[in-house]
Amino acid sequence: MLSIKNLHVSINDKPILKGLTLDINPGEVHAIMGPNGAGKSTLSHVLSGKAGYTVTEGSVTYQGKDLLELAPEIRAREGVFLAFQYPVEIPGVSNIYLLKAALNAMRKHHGLPEVDAMDFLTIVKSKVKLLQMDEKFLYRAVNEGFSGGEKKRNEILQAAILEPKLCILDETDSGLDIDALRIVSEGVNSLRNAERSFLMITHYQRLLDYIKPDVVHVLADGKIVKSGGPELALELEERGYSWLEGQAA
Amino acid sequence: MSGAAYLTSYPELAASLPGFDLPWLQGFRNQALQTFAVNGFPGNREEEWRYTNLSALNKTVFVPSANQLVDEDWLNRYRLDDAASVVLVNGQFSASLSRLQDLAGKVSVSSLKQALQDNPAWLESRLGQAVTSAEHNLVAFNNAWFTDGVVIDVAAKQQLDRPLQILHLVTQADALAATRNLFVLNEQAEAEIIETYVGSVDSYFTASVNECLLAGNAALTLYKVQLEAEKAQHFGGTYVKQARDSRFMHHNFALGSGLARSDIHSDLDTAAECSLNGLFVAGKRQHIDNHTRINHLKPHGISREFYKGVLDNKARGVFQGRVIVAEDAQRTDSEMNNRNLLLSADAEVDTKPQLEIYADDVKCSHGVTVGQLEEKSVFYLQSRGIDEATARNILTFAFANEMVDKVENAELKALLLKELLERFPAISL
Ligand SMILES: Nc1ncnc2c1ncn2[C@@H]1O[C@H](COP(=O)(O)OP(=O)(O)OP(=O)(O)O)[C@@H](O)[C@H]1O
Ligand SMILES: [Mg+2]
Repeated sequence: MLSIKNLHVSINDKPILKGLTLDINPGEVHAIMGPNGAGKSTLSHVLSGKAGYTVTEGSVTYQGKDLLELAPEIRAREGVFLAFQYPVEIPGVSNIYLLKAALNAMRKHHGLPEVDAMDFLTIVKSKVKLLQMDEKFLYRAVNEGFSGGEKKRNEILQAAILEPKLCILDETDSGLDIDALRIVSEGVNSLRNAERSFLMITHYQRLLDYIKPDVVHVLADGKIVKSGGPELALELEERGYSWLEGQAA
Repeated sequence: MSGAAYLTSYPELAASLPGFDLPWLQGFRNQALQTFAVNGFPGNREEEWRYTNLSALNKTVFVPSANQLVDEDWLNRYRLDDAASVVLVNGQFSASLSRLQDLAGKVSVSSLKQALQDNPAWLESRLGQAVTSAEHNLVAFNNAWFTDGVVIDVAAKQQLDRPLQILHLVTQADALAATRNLFVLNEQAEAEIIETYVGSVDSYFTASVNECLLAGNAALTLYKVQLEAEKAQHFGGTYVKQARDSRFMHHNFALGSGLARSDIHSDLDTAAECSLNGLFVAGKRQHIDNHTRINHLKPHGISREFYKGVLDNKARGVFQGRVIVAEDAQRTDSEMNNRNLLLSADAEVDTKPQLEIYADDVKCSHGVTVGQLEEKSVFYLQSRGIDEATARNILTFAFANEMVDKVENAELKALLLKELLERFPAISL
C-alpha cells in the first residue's frame, strides 16, 4: 500500500524528516506517536502533497506509484486522505458543496459518472448520522465557526464519504470531548476493512483503546526511532519519550 | 483640449436633442455646456479622479446614434421575465422592445422625450435637483448631451407591482449613449428598479445619470448590473435625495467594460437609511472605479456600505467611499467596509475610505482589506481531489458570491450567478 524509504524532507533548507522508513500494508492501522515538533505533521503534509517541503532524499511508493510525483488532487483521487490537524475554514463554500465537488472529482478520475443527486443525499445523510452530527452542518460553510471538536468530526465525515484507501489522521483525537472521541472512533472503525489502511498520528494512548492499531511507531527528530505493538503505546504513556531519543529503530 | 471634438459638433447636434423648444431646458443645457467647455472631461488632477484616466474619451469621438436595430435573442439573455422593462437602444427609448403593458396602479413610466412633451413643467422642477453640473464634468456632459431616458413617477403610497428593468443597450460601434433618468417616489411609495448595461459592439461610450427623489418614507431598491462590452467606456452616476425616513438600497454589480466609473451619492434627511452594496470584478486590463458618497445631513440617519472587489491580470479597481456626517446629523450610525481580492501580481486596487465627521454623538466605523487567496485554503480543496485552478475559482466565486447572495430578486440572482460562474468556472452547484 504505502512504502516510505529513507525519506529526508526540509523546510527552507532546514531538515525536518531525516531518513524515515515506514511500510504499511493494506488493511493495517499504524499509529505514530512522538514529541511535539518531531515531524509528524510534516510527514502527513508531504504524503498529501502540500507545497513548501523539499524532499532531498528517499522515496514514497503508493500502490506501486511514485506518490511524490503526483499533484495533491491526484493523490486524493487515488485514495489518499488527510484529516488535518488544523482543518481550514472556507467561508462561502458550504460543506455539502465541497463534499459533492470532491466526490465527483474522484468519480470522474475513475471514469464514473457524476453521483446522482438523490443517491448523494442518502449517502451523506447516513454518514452524518453515523458521526452523530446535526444535518445543519452540511449547509454551513466548511469549518467556519466550527468548534475544534466539530472540525475534527467534519474531517472524518469527509473521509467516510470519500472512502479513501489510505487515511491519514493527524491528531484527530485532539480537541474531542470524551463522547465525541468515542463517536469519531466508532466512525473510523466502521471504515476499517481489509483494503483500507490508516496512519494515525496521536499523542494519546486513549485513542488507541478505541481504534486498535496493528503497529505503533515513535517518530522523534525526523526518524522512526522505535516500532512495536499496541503495548508500546502503553509503555510510552508510562515513560514518556526521553528514553528513546537518540535511538534508531 | 479635452472634449474639444465634442464641443465642435455640439451646435449641430443640439437641435436634434429632446426639448429643444423648451427655453428652460435650453438654459439648463447651455449652462452645462459652458461648464464642460472649461476643462472638458475630468482629469487626473482632480482628487476624485486621481486613479481614473478618461483620455480614451478624447481618442474616439463617440456620437449619438439613431440605430434601433437589436438582436432580440441577445436582448432576451439579459431581460428578466418577471419584470416589466424599458429598453433604451443606443440612448433612445424603444417602444416596441419595452414591456410596460403589465404595470398597473398609479405609476407612471415614460420615456424622457415623452415626458418633456407631456409634462415639461413637472420635469423642470425636478431635473437637476439631485445633482448639478458642478458635481463634475461628466455630469455636465450628460446635462448637455442626454438624448433620452426613463422617467418614473410612483404616486404616494403606491408601489410598483413588479420590478422594473431598464435595459441600456448599445448596438452601434462608437456610439454615445447618454441617457438621463429620473425616479420619483412620492410619500411612502416603493419601487424596485434594475438597470442593466450591455453592448453588442466593442467600442462605445455610455454616459448615464440617474436622479432619484425619495419623499418621506419612500423606499427604493435599485440594482445596477454593468455588463458593458470589453472595450466600452462607462460612466453611470446615481444621485439620490432622501427625505425623512426614506430607504435607499443600492446594489452595484460592475463586471464589464474596459473602463467604468460609477458614482453613487445620497443625501440623507432625518432618520433616512442608505445601504450600498457593491461587487466589482475585473480582469485583463479593465479599470473599474466606484465612487460613493453618503451625506448624512440630519440626525438619526443609518448607512451601511459593503463593497467587494476581485481583480485579476492587469486589472485595476478603485473604491472611494466618502461618508460625511454634518454637524446637525447627531446619532448617525454608519458602517463602511471594503474587501478586495487580488488574483495576480499585476492587479491593483486603490481603496480610499473617507470619513468626515462634524457631529460629536455618532457611531461610525470603516474597514478595508486587500488580500490574496489563502494558499492553505487552496491546498485544503486540492487535498479533497479538486484541481488547483478549480480550487482557486471556487474560493474566488465564494468571495464574490457573498454580494450576490444579498440580492433578493431570484431571477436577477440567477443571472448574476451565471455571469460569475462564467468568470470563475467551478464545479456546478
Ligand atoms: N514553515 C516552517 N518553517 C520552519 N520550520 C517549520 C515550518 N513548518 C514546520 N516547521 C518545523 O518543523 C518541525 C516539525 O513540525 P511538525 O508540525 O511536523 O511537528 P509535529 O510532530 O506534527 O508536532 P506536534 O505534535 O506539535 O503537532 C517543527 O520544529 C516545526 O517548527
Ligand atoms: Mg502535528
